[in-house]
Amino acid sequence: MVSIDVWNASVDFPIFDAKSRSLKKLALGKVGGKIGSEGRVPIIEALHDISLSLKDGDRVGLVGHNGAGKSTLLRLLAGIYEPTRGHSRIVGKVAPVFDLGVGMDPEISGYENIMIRGLFLGMTRKQMESRVDDIAEFTELGDYLQMPLRTYSTGMRVRLALGVVTSINPEILLLDEGIGAVDAAFMAKARDRLKDLVARSGLLVFANHSDEFLAEFCDSAIWMDEGHVKMHGDLREVLTAYKGYDPFERMHQHEETPVLSGNGGE
Amino acid sequence: MQATRTFDHPEAPPAVKSRSFKRAFADVREAWDHRELWGHLGWQDIKQRYRRSVIGPLWITISMATTALALGLLYSVLFKANVPTFLPYVTVGFIVWNFIVGCVTEGTDVFIANEGLIKHLPAPISVHVMRMVWRQVLFLAHNLVVYLVVLGIFFTALDHPYTITQGGPEHPGLSWTIVFAIPGFVLLAVNAVWVALLFGVISTRFRDIPPVVHSFINLVFFMTPIVWDAGVLQSLAGGDSKWRVLIAELNPVFHFVEIVRAPLLGHAVDWHHWAVVGGFTVFGWLLALVILRNYRARVSYWV
Repeated sequence: MVSIDVWNASVDFPIFDAKSRSLKKLALGKVGGKIGSEGRVPIIEALHDISLSLKDGDRVGLVGHNGAGKSTLLRLLAGIYEPTRGHSRIVGKVAPVFDLGVGMDPEISGYENIMIRGLFLGMTRKQMESRVDDIAEFTELGDYLQMPLRTYSTGMRVRLALGVVTSINPEILLLDEGIGAVDAAFMAKARDRLKDLVARSGLLVFANHSDEFLAEFCDSAIWMDEGHVKMHGDLREVLTAYKGYDPFERMHQHEETPVLSGNGGE
Repeated sequence: MQATRTFDHPEAPPAVKSRSFKRAFADVREAWDHRELWGHLGWQDIKQRYRRSVIGPLWITISMATTALALGLLYSVLFKANVPTFLPYVTVGFIVWNFIVGCVTEGTDVFIANEGLIKHLPAPISVHVMRMVWRQVLFLAHNLVVYLVVLGIFFTALDHPYTITQGGPEHPGLSWTIVFAIPGFVLLAVNAVWVALLFGVISTRFRDIPPVVHSFINLVFFMTPIVWDAGVLQSLAGGDSKWRVLIAELNPVFHFVEIVRAPLLGHAVDWHHWAVVGGFTVFGWLLALVILRNYRARVSYWV
């Protein structure tokens, strides 16, 4: 059973400047005050009173303006941030793809990076060894995999990261935006694998600005605004409310396959 | 049907609270289950450090050998000690010290240095600690080569009862008791994990701690019997000058060094060191678990 439940969760970031991050200030600052109290530390309220219940089979798109809290919400759902107020419960193996560069060491070879990233995503060494050839073939990097990662272009790094991620079997897949730095031919190829990956995973949350991507992978959506969930519901409705027009109508002019045909309004 | 789907809020809050000893234990246990990950990363760290050097990790061994040789010769002259027994003493002491200092100083940086990983991949925070301790274990393994060489050269001086410095106590010489070094080192490594967890979490919140630790650690080195013999204190401390013994005894690092060093050199196994280390293991882990319970979830906010 895969599920993510969040109850009235808030995420507040304490912002320590160099001074308030030192012990001296806390120890000498307020006599009689509680040492360690963060009352005077400025706080950024990144997420505010979020309640969500995601279940097996959910395919959720995440939309919102920059700074609306999409990435923070993804990290909350991944369990990286535990809510400062409220509760969260995550059941299942989480595979987050936030920053394609993190967990990548520029000094070591592509092969070794594949191994390390796989281990971080919860695979065993044996499982990764059996997948390395498949990843090498998919990424078309060939002999470059022997080279240190610092010799790679951005697109090549994205290929590598996508190769690893799409070869695993996640229960909960969390994708942040940023899977866009590859050329069109590779994207077409990656799309199939991503589709495959999404089909294999139990639960998907996908932050993206592209209507096409959202339409292809998701059936419901969350609209984040200033740290709140502004709207949570059917993909088409949320996108229509968010953009002010129905994106699917325009899309159908270009594509012949209506991805979400038969979606009745509520 | 999409239309019938509900996006209601979940009903009841969960039973498991974020701040609980259960979660603290789970963090350590899950990190232990991830040993394939930190085992691999620890090796990678060593390989990485010497990636483009010709002799690679051999540099670890060479630097230990030169330091031990220089310190051993210098202090054997200063203390009028016998080189064949004093040089092995300094070598082993310095190898163990290097492990301790590595774990403590890198322990303070363990979460700060892994900011990227902590913020992007959900993993128990103890994973980073175990990776760091494992890396230090691998360093120590490289340094053990120096011990074996020194042992080979000076074996004839150590296999019978001997004294390190004049007036010091007589040691029984190498025997089967050398096997005590293994449980001794395991205990040392177990303690390294809680030290790094504790210092790591506190340092992540209060960035003054790493520089403080870095500057105090040198003082600890000179206060710990590594280049000088604790036995001398005992012989000097006849009668009313018992306080001199306290200089060593009150220093926890001394006991940790001793449980590994004594068996490796054929010194008498003194059980009170084991008792002190055992006490530190229990209380240290309790303290670390309390910190882990209260602040484990804060680390990703603080880094």
